[in-house]
Amino acid sequence: MFRKNKFQKLKEYLIEKLLFLFSLVSIFATVGIIAVLSFEAFAFFKEVSLLKFFTDTQWTPLFVKKHFGILPLLCGTLLTTLIAMLIALPVGLISAAYLSEYASEKARNIIKPVMEILAAIPTVVYGYFALLFVTPLLRKCIPGMSGFNSLSSGLVTGTMIIPLISSLSEDAFHAVPMGLREAGYALGSNRMQVSLRIVLPAAFSGVCAACVLAISRAMGETMIVAIAAGQQPRLTLNPLVPVETITAYIVQVIVSYKLRKHFQQVYE
Amino acid sequence: MNKRILNKRLDGLFKVLGILTTVFGMLVLLVLFIDVFLDGASRLSLGFFTSFPSRKPEAAGILSAWVGTLWIMAVTAFIAIPLGIGSAIYLEEYAPKNRLTALIEISIANLAGVPSVIFGLLGLGLFVRWFNLDRSVLAGGLTLAILVLPVIILSTREALRAIPFSIREASYAVGATKWQTVYLQVLPAALGNIMTGVILAMSRAVGETAPLITIGALTYIAFLPQPPAVFSGEFPFIRLSLQGLFDPFTALPIQIFNWVSRPQKGFSVNASAGIIVLLGITLAMNSIAVILRYRQRKKTRW
Amino acid sequence: MKRIMCFMIIAVIACVNQAYAAKLIKVDGSSTVFPITEAVAEEFQKENSGIKVMVGISGTGGGFKRFGRGETDISDASRPIKSKEGDLARENNIEYIELPVAYDGLAVVVNPQNTWVSHLTVKELKKMWEPDAQETVTKWSQIRAGFPDKELRLYGAGTDSGTFDYFTEAICGKSGASRGDFTASEDDNVLVEGVSAEENGLGYFGLAYYEQNKDKLKLVAIDDENDANGKGPVAPAIDTVMDSTYQPLARPIFIYVSVQSAQKEEVAKFVEFYLAHAGQLVKEVGYIPLPDAAYQAALERFKKRVKGSVFGGKGAAIGVKIEDLLKRQK
Repeated sequence: MFRKNKFQKLKEYLIEKLLFLFSLVSIFATVGIIAVLSFEAFAFFKEVSLLKFFTDTQWTPLFVKKHFGILPLLCGTLLTTLIAMLIALPVGLISAAYLSEYASEKARNIIKPVMEILAAIPTVVYGYFALLFVTPLLRKCIPGMSGFNSLSSGLVTGTMIIPLISSLSEDAFHAVPMGLREAGYALGSNRMQVSLRIVLPAAFSGVCAACVLAISRAMGETMIVAIAAGQQPRLTLNPLVPVETITAYIVQVIVSYKLRKHFQQVYE
Repeated sequence: MNKRILNKRLDGLFKVLGILTTVFGMLVLLVLFIDVFLDGASRLSLGFFTSFPSRKPEAAGILSAWVGTLWIMAVTAFIAIPLGIGSAIYLEEYAPKNRLTALIEISIANLAGVPSVIFGLLGLGLFVRWFNLDRSVLAGGLTLAILVLPVIILSTREALRAIPFSIREASYAVGATKWQTVYLQVLPAALGNIMTGVILAMSRAVGETAPLITIGALTYIAFLPQPPAVFSGEFPFIRLSLQGLFDPFTALPIQIFNWVSRPQKGFSVNASAGIIVLLGITLAMNSIAVILRYRQRKKTRW
Repeated sequence: MKRIMCFMIIAVIACVNQAYAAKLIKVDGSSTVFPITEAVAEEFQKENSGIKVMVGISGTGGGFKRFGRGETDISDASRPIKSKEGDLARENNIEYIELPVAYDGLAVVVNPQNTWVSHLTVKELKKMWEPDAQETVTKWSQIRAGFPDKELRLYGAGTDSGTFDYFTEAICGKSGASRGDFTASEDDNVLVEGVSAEENGLGYFGLAYYEQNKDKLKLVAIDDENDANGKGPVAPAIDTVMDSTYQPLARPIFIYVSVQSAQKEEVAKFVEFYLAHAGQLVKEVGYIPLPDAAYQAALERFKKRVKGSVFGGKGAAIGVKIEDLLKRQK
């Protein structure tokens, strides 16, 4: 099985170099992303001043009255992310506390796979759910709500993120040494006090990491907002009107030709 | 009411709250499944799977969509699995602790967190334009391959790390080279967990819509990419061609997105049916992965 | 295990073997014309399984840009080609044949719950949509005294859309002159969804999209204050478009075929099929068919490969009546 032939050394060397090249692909991919985005950003900022980009309150780059303010799109992204976190954070954390401190082994074995399923559902399915189930339901309760709005897309995005916060926080709670909990119980605390006042602060950095990851996932979410949040860049905090997020705008503009033509001008 | 009783009540309340929040996610999932099933189950038929999309909702089917998904999955798997496993092997077994290695690891961590639509932009700029692949299966597969690469690398590294070092030491002790050790001892032992990670990564790729839309897969496609092996009338009876890789395509999540955007009621039924198929595929893949993981855990006795 | 996999692969290949094809016709452009081209492509592919047709919706402008570079064989357009776009094609040695395929009435719609609007004048539409309205005209009460003080929520075509060029030219006087703060989309389905779920909403798109979603939308009659073609507000319908009383938002829609592509047998077959069946499919989709004589004239034009546009390259041609169109074609 371990026979060596005279080419063994060469073979070993080549294989190692080949695997090294494979791992360089990730660097190339990252560099590629930065390069592609920088090219375009450079061309853009030659025409539009950075100050205007960050302070103008309208985004109408393709119309007669051109405005290039990123604030409306940024606001759309932040609004949906905020609504998502308002749901995901409390539900995820309390659920993690329950799973780690209260739940029996049997319950955990059923709940954890279900949470994984929640996280594995394709986002286009969530988008469908937001547009065709959640929005009509909310419209019945809240009059004057538009068909496209940030509330239902925010709620659904939040639900999608719950497993992320829940499982990562639970891992953080798990890492807290049992001794701390036992000390708390020994002093007469009940489970809620131990969870909230001993375990949670001890696991704080892990929980924070989970939250940051969840926020970044919510901000990068594309399909749910593209389907259900609307296509009108608008600087508003009203969750009942159409807004557009940065990611949805990327999809919308890409489907139209202008961006493709722009790429063509750069590369040909 | 003294403090002890208050605390006891609060504790009970907290427990209830915990149950409610945990159940919330499951409840939403249940509602989603029921809603989709009620809406779309009636549409599932052999005709649905073998018809092309159409302007008439009753006649529209997902043939080009699921074949497109198969093609994309094949290309993605073909590219990402060797690249991912190879990179992970290099990083775990061979890489020296220098700055280049650190850079590689940072790149992988970064890529794992990038939103999927950005991969679409990369695919558009690099594969569609610069490599001149236009909106082809190859461009889509390459884009998705880069998307799942970090996931495969991370899970393979975990799997490799789980193999105790003593196995490798024993192998070196009987005179094997590094590659022989990896290929003949470590890899087979870690294969179960690696496969779990790969299947989970692929199940994520199945549902990705944003990158494929961005490279231009959103059109009316009523044909299939040319299959790689074609039966022809004359010798040698099978003609092999890679032309299919360069054909335009559509995919299951894209077709669903297209149907969801159409306001006619008939299309939302089609979208539900498409979602049932997509969920079926995703859940099947996830279940296989979980079963693999469970069996691997049972088998492994270090 | 391996044997099962091989068998499955061969089985799948054998099954899908039937559906692939080697000839591809690429069409792209207007989302207004899309329903017609999609219907034609579907019927065509039923009869010609060896030919593939691919139809995109990049918008009229977007479609022309791709057409001019030779990336597509046929361009769907909801307005005539502009001279700039024609120049681009000429630079790439592409010559085109202009073929009208239907008449479209641009429908202005509101939500069915909207009780205060039944008709609008062109002047009022201009007040609503002109560039100066951006951020200033935000309430219904600013359009006409007596309208409620509710927020104006607008849905309209995106800038790459021929519908956008046409609407802005017809209503605001200059192609492209529009406010920017509304939900803009080249995909008319998004606009239908938007207006149907927004009580204070108003939108505009091709008549076919209204016809297919009648139960969710309310049509607004347009008064162009020109008694010469029909007194008072007129709603778009087959008869009002055909007798040219629905103005100024009635327009011809086209396909442009590249002469080089027309040399390919499959493209020529497709175009002839298109013109032969357009009369029936156009009506089915919800647009207004041209008179048979017009389709005959178009077929002649194609067979003779008559190049160029009869519209002077200025883009949207406002107020072109069907009889005029017929005369111009000849």
